[in-house]
Amino acid sequence: MIEIQNVRKSFGQLEVLKGIDLTVNKGEVLTVIGGSGSGKSTLLTCINGLEPIDSGRILIDGTEVHAKSTDLNKLRRKVGIVFQQWNAFPHLTVVENVMLAPRKVLGLPKAEARAIAVKQLSHVGLGEKLDVYPSRLSGGQQQRMAIARALAMSPDYMLFDEVTSALDPQLVGEVLDTLRMLAREGMTMICVTHEMKFAREVSDRVAFFHQGVMMEIAPPAEFFGNPRAPELQKFLSATH
Amino acid sequence: MFNYTFRWNQAFNALPRLLEGALVTLEIALLSMLIGIVIAILLTGCRLSGNRVLSAIARTWVEVARNTPALFQIYMAHFGLGAFGIHLSPYTSLLAGIAFNNAGYLAENFRGALKAIPDTQTRAGRSLGMPPIQAFRLIVMPQMLRIAFLPATNQMVWAILMTSLGVTVGMNTDLAGITQELNARSFRTFEFFAMAAVIYYLIAKAVTLAARALAWRMFRY
Amino acid sequence: MFDTALTWNDMAFLAQGAWMTLMVTAVAVVAGTVMGIVFGVVRYQAGPYWSLPLTFVLDIFRSVPLLIQLVLGNAFQSIARLGWDPFTTSCVILSLYTAAYCTEIVRGGIEAVPATTRRAARSLGMTWRQDMRYIVAPLATRVSLPAWIGLTLGVLKDSSLVLWLGLIELLRASQILVTRLQEPLFILLICGAIYFLISFPIARLGGYLEKRWSPND
Repeated sequence: MIEIQNVRKSFGQLEVLKGIDLTVNKGEVLTVIGGSGSGKSTLLTCINGLEPIDSGRILIDGTEVHAKSTDLNKLRRKVGIVFQQWNAFPHLTVVENVMLAPRKVLGLPKAEARAIAVKQLSHVGLGEKLDVYPSRLSGGQQQRMAIARALAMSPDYMLFDEVTSALDPQLVGEVLDTLRMLAREGMTMICVTHEMKFAREVSDRVAFFHQGVMMEIAPPAEFFGNPRAPELQKFLSATH
Repeated sequence: MFNYTFRWNQAFNALPRLLEGALVTLEIALLSMLIGIVIAILLTGCRLSGNRVLSAIARTWVEVARNTPALFQIYMAHFGLGAFGIHLSPYTSLLAGIAFNNAGYLAENFRGALKAIPDTQTRAGRSLGMPPIQAFRLIVMPQMLRIAFLPATNQMVWAILMTSLGVTVGMNTDLAGITQELNARSFRTFEFFAMAAVIYYLIAKAVTLAARALAWRMFRY
Repeated sequence: MFDTALTWNDMAFLAQGAWMTLMVTAVAVVAGTVMGIVFGVVRYQAGPYWSLPLTFVLDIFRSVPLLIQLVLGNAFQSIARLGWDPFTTSCVILSLYTAAYCTEIVRGGIEAVPATTRRAARSLGMTWRQDMRYIVAPLATRVSLPAWIGLTLGVLKDSSLVLWLGLIELLRASQILVTRLQEPLFILLICGAIYFLISFPIARLGGYLEKRWSPND
């Protein structure tokens, strides 16, 4: 369970998270939508402990992310994150990209790490591309590799930060298919996205962020069928 | 550990002489840059001329200047030319050696700057009705100057540092030469050379700052 | 064929000088690179403000003529009664000189690794050290290689200045022969050719590695 309690966060003068309260249960798929600068991406990096927060608490299975005593590197094994920019490690082949963290962070033997990597890469449809360098992959393939790389740590939670935003339109589908597959398999996921159709299909709940505030959260039918906040109504009519 | 008394007043008393030397240092560096720039432009022209012999000569010059020690180049001027019955004074050999070195590095710098400006710039100029020379002078040159300027100022700093090598061929009027002469008379090596080091440092910084100020005025875009 | 007083013994003398040049260069490049990596990481981690003292000291090594540094270093070791021979003194000064340049190369290499790539590494649970070792080090090495090869070639050339402390390296050996045989041009040409012979493979190796690594970016 991910519990977010009254989290505030500023970059200099700009307050990007103005007291967020949110709980994500095991097995749940939450999608987060909102305009740019709404704070939705920042929230993800805070959950992973990549950004400090100013006040409030974030708990993952009861462990406080930003407590001094928390071993962040250990906690991050539980929480995978995939970014808008896929950030392939360019000096490693596809399979090495995925093997690196299991070997060095989990300390698995090489053969075992490779087996995991091959399994995850096949899972996202890259079983044929094991030994090529990322520069030879399309953006969609690189992004699926990044997903496999995060999955190889067998995380309990996955965070997706606008993973299709930097892709050419014809490559968006393959990445969304991978996410749909994960959702079907019962992975607990938070997806920040602009893909409304995807949000409607896979989510258990959809949240709307606006200027650092979570204005609305509801199951997709209600969220899209009967939006209450005027900002959300405006946002939905603008994107349709 | 330090069974040595530093005596700085002797070195301080020699400051006026050291500063005179610094002027000579600056003079050699400036002259070597001017000569170097002129030769570098000629070398760049030779390399672009399409004439095999000219471009081979230019390439050899650049390669030798960049791949042998500056001190070797100065020795060549001082000792090597003796084979042709040419005996240069320390001042002239030092100047010739550094100018040779500058020309090689600057020629490479100019060529790089020229390559960095896309052909489309010339074409854009030509499309406005400019003849080739005018397009080069008004469009390509100013952009090239900007790219080449910073490496050229680095070369100027190098030239200043290289002047210190004159002492190895008997130069005794520049900063290093005078320092060495004072040192030979008094054996206060550390004090004198520390003073010289500070002066070299200040000259190098002053040149860098002046170049930056100049660049700021010249390249406003 | 060609009339010269130069004997095979003299050639062996030049070869010994070249060996000295190589030794001084090798020590300076190895020690200077190790120090440069340490200083470069410190400079990067500390940020421009806190690393100011280090930056200032290293800048001195790049703004004062090497010849003056060598003389000062030698005077210092004699004052401090360190009892260093000219070879040691030369190596120490040349190493610091190399380190001063190498620091900037290393810092530039680290800065060239995209922050997002490093963030991805950290998000997988890698520690700072693991990130540095498995992600930053290989990527930064690639970026820095051309500049580092350039530095090595520069140190090879600048090592000629150690002749001022009495070491008989390649250039000094040539000079001795010039004085003895009075054939300045011929001997200096041989000397220059040897410098070329040493530099050329290093430059080629650099070019080869650069080419081999680039398609994987």
